[in-house]
Amino acid sequence: MADTGNNDAFVAFERVQKSYDGETLVVKDLNLTMPKGEFLTMLGPSGSGKTTCLMMLAGFETATHGEIKLDGVSINNIPPHKRGIGMVFQNYALFPHMTIAENLSFPLEVRKIGRSDREAKVRRALEMVEMGGFGGRRPAQLSGGQQQRVALARALVFEPELVLMDEPLGALDKQLREKMQFEITHLAHELGITTVYVTHDQTEALTMSDRVAVFNDGKIQQIAPPDELYESPQNSFVAQFIGENNTMEGTVKEIKDGLAVVQLDDGGLIDAKPVNVEKAGDRTLISIRPERVEFNCDRLRPGAHTLKAEVAEFIYMGDIFRTRLKVAGRDDFIIKTRNAPDQRRLQPGEQIEIGWLPEDCRALDAP
Amino acid sequence: MSDTTQTGPVLAADGTPLKRSLRRALRAQKMRALALIAPLLIFVLVAFIAPIADMLFRSVENQIVGNTLPMTVEELRDWDGTEVPDEQVFRALFFDLFLAAEAKEHTKLGSRLNYEQSGISSLFRTSGRDVGDIGEVFQDALTEIDPAFDEARFWYDMMSGGAEAEGNERLLSNQIGRLEVLEATNFSGDVDFVPGAAISDILPNTARAYAVFAAFTHFVDEDVVAEEEPWEAVYAALAIDLEDPATRAALAGYDGPGADVLRRAADAPLPPVDMKAAFIDSNKDWQRVGFWKVIKTYSPPYTTGYFLNAVDMEKTAEGIALRSADQRIYGILFQRTMFMSLMITFSCILLGYPVAWIMANLPARKANLLMILVLLPFWTSLLVRTSAWKVMLQQQGVINDTLVWLGLVANESRLVMINNQFGTIVAMTHILLPFMILPMYSVMQTIPPSYLRAAKSLGATNWTAFWRVYFPQSVPGIGAGSILVFILAIGYYITPEIVGGTTGTFISNRIAYHISTSLNWGLAAALGSILLAVVLILYWAYDKIVGIDNVKLGG
Ligand SMILES: Nc1ncnc2c1ncn2[C@@H]1O[C@H](COP(=O)(O)OP(=O)(O)O)[C@@H](O)[C@H]1O
Ligand SMILES: [Mg+2]
Repeated sequence: MADTGNNDAFVAFERVQKSYDGETLVVKDLNLTMPKGEFLTMLGPSGSGKTTCLMMLAGFETATHGEIKLDGVSINNIPPHKRGIGMVFQNYALFPHMTIAENLSFPLEVRKIGRSDREAKVRRALEMVEMGGFGGRRPAQLSGGQQQRVALARALVFEPELVLMDEPLGALDKQLREKMQFEITHLAHELGITTVYVTHDQTEALTMSDRVAVFNDGKIQQIAPPDELYESPQNSFVAQFIGENNTMEGTVKEIKDGLAVVQLDDGGLIDAKPVNVEKAGDRTLISIRPERVEFNCDRLRPGAHTLKAEVAEFIYMGDIFRTRLKVAGRDDFIIKTRNAPDQRRLQPGEQIEIGWLPEDCRALDAP
Repeated sequence: MSDTTQTGPVLAADGTPLKRSLRRALRAQKMRALALIAPLLIFVLVAFIAPIADMLFRSVENQIVGNTLPMTVEELRDWDGTEVPDEQVFRALFFDLFLAAEAKEHTKLGSRLNYEQSGISSLFRTSGRDVGDIGEVFQDALTEIDPAFDEARFWYDMMSGGAEAEGNERLLSNQIGRLEVLEATNFSGDVDFVPGAAISDILPNTARAYAVFAAFTHFVDEDVVAEEEPWEAVYAALAIDLEDPATRAALAGYDGPGADVLRRAADAPLPPVDMKAAFIDSNKDWQRVGFWKVIKTYSPPYTTGYFLNAVDMEKTAEGIALRSADQRIYGILFQRTMFMSLMITFSCILLGYPVAWIMANLPARKANLLMILVLLPFWTSLLVRTSAWKVMLQQQGVINDTLVWLGLVANESRLVMINNQFGTIVAMTHILLPFMILPMYSVMQTIPPSYLRAAKSLGATNWTAFWRVYFPQSVPGIGAGSILVFILAIGYYITPEIVGGTTGTFISNRIAYHISTSLNWGLAAALGSILLAVVLILYWAYDKIVGIDNVKLGG
């Protein structure tokens, strides 16, 4: 997780701590570096300290300990308005008493940019977010999605190198959110802006980011590209927070040849890939992704692990089928299958055999 | 849709038009809502609307002259106002004033007209006392001719024209009506007297005077008409009637009760009737044309006089004109009231804004504590708070003592901070401050801190962010607070009364003076109406300039 000491880091948090009340640490020893042009998402449950990190970077909160650097220079003592960081707020924070054009022109005015220059930049920024004809309107006269675009344009109009966004799409409906996710990533990459994006929506984090930092309890649990995060979660929190997950608790019996033999609490024995278990006797949480479980066991290659299961419930979800199984004494084991023409629909009560490859089955720390 | 072919009104399930069944459903709801608010509605109407309506009415109402001197007003209608009115007017005045004096209403009229012209009050008082003496001359003369004129019964029979005579009911009810207006009550019942039709044709003045005497005796004195000797005014009326040669001719053919006595009186020499001389003898101010002009000017039932007075103008023979400089007080008072209210509003904004800002930005618990401190003054009596300022600001007061002790002010030149405008502004700012802070606070509370952060992230300094982003959004709170404070200040009474001295009083102090001391309620009402109009105009102007939608008392 710690990747300090990187010299070409554009943004760097070094051993940053933050406490609001002097009693509890809201951010505990944060180390993070970002290269220029990266799109990094901070993902985590509500209250995990994401906003606090963003506010420290923007300068609205001071770090209790540690240093924050921008382009190699410590910015701890630079006031927010001199940091030149663009920011998109969750409620957009568009100034209600100014028109859209005035909102966009505001950062240029305070930078004493000439009138004609200003107008050109405002026009270009509005066109960039496809809001060209809306300059004369007030924020209240725009829909949520349009306000969102304007907020984005305003954060970009003064051409900052770093843009921070705090749950900017939280208030939009699903369809608009997906469209905006695409547009934001597209813009960020096109303009080469370094972006720190905060969300508690894992899909958003996975689809948009170059890298995702998973926050919990004031600490970064894992920082990795989306695919790695999903496929190789480093601990049980990440595994459970990202995507759906089947878990079984057990104790490590032995570790050999890169495989852990785990004694499940109900008595069964299975092989799993050890991720953060070290020795025999450790409590562990076995994690298997629902889509990696196969019930046509002859499709699996030899060496796969198989178990008996009984179908408890079949749920039709359109693009996929979600089947709940009774396995090893629990009844919350989920498998997902694609809705393909030849896909069999399992019937409740049916006795089947399920299996998975040992590398898809990960032995993580017990929570 | 399936019913695109249907063109008639949309029908509900039971076939009635949908509109009607909706209305019926809503009516029950509306009635219930109305019943709930009815107590408040009635209270507002009675306690708020009605007094304002009454005030507006009083500011133009002027029925006292017409009610008290109805015949005089009638006679004055054709008076050209160049010289003292003629005998006819004085005769009418005699009868009007006689009745008014009997009813003890003449002094009220005197006080009313005294507002317009000082001296009139004593005119009505002395002449009201003298009308009896003026009429007594004729009573003595008539009794001399025939002692029957001293008998109540004789008069009663003569004026009713005997038991079988046709009665003149109209004359009686007219006179009762006149009395009702004067006494401002309604009389019902039988007077036990009806003037005879024949005799009231022959002796019109006497019949009228006797009829009103009869009505007054019956309703007001609650005596029996037939047992009461008539007023002196009745004798005077008879003397006037007998002067007319036509009367003698008519009497020749009359044979009702007392006809002989009347004929004898008509032939005997009676003192000439000269009411003009008699009144001028009673009070020589009656020959002042100016006084008569005032009576004529204020004889219509409605007048602009109070309003003219309230704006330092008066009605003169040449029309409406400004009062002489030493009589102008209300213009200055209005100006001072406006100026001081503006100063108070302004100081409230200056002092209140930071407090509201701090309150809006503190965590809830501390904000609540501060709110209690802001509201604390409301828990102390207004009088106590104002008096406390007296203690603070007076020349031997706390502030002066401190300044002297610090050596900033010499002992012999202590500052005058009370009983002037300064004292009023200080005390009233203190008292009205919460009314500024509360609306400001509730507006500021709704401004999310993210706006300021957004402005700073866009590169604005603290000051620019405040001035360009925060302040414009807090303007509705300032507007609401200012309207509230200004309107409260403009009508404030107690504080200026206590700490205002002579230079720091408001128009409301003058209004209070007219209500409780000078008893000129019409002028007080006119001043109050102007104050109301000023407030409404300001409100309207504010709406035009700032927009009343921009006034927020809360989220
Ligand atoms: N201004 C503040 N004062 C005190 N505590 C705060 C403040 N802002 C956030 N916190 C606390 O810090 C923790 C992290 O909050 P935050 O950074 O907003 O989390 P996130 O954005 O991940 O939901 C929470 O427990 C929250 O209660
Ligand atoms: Mg947050």
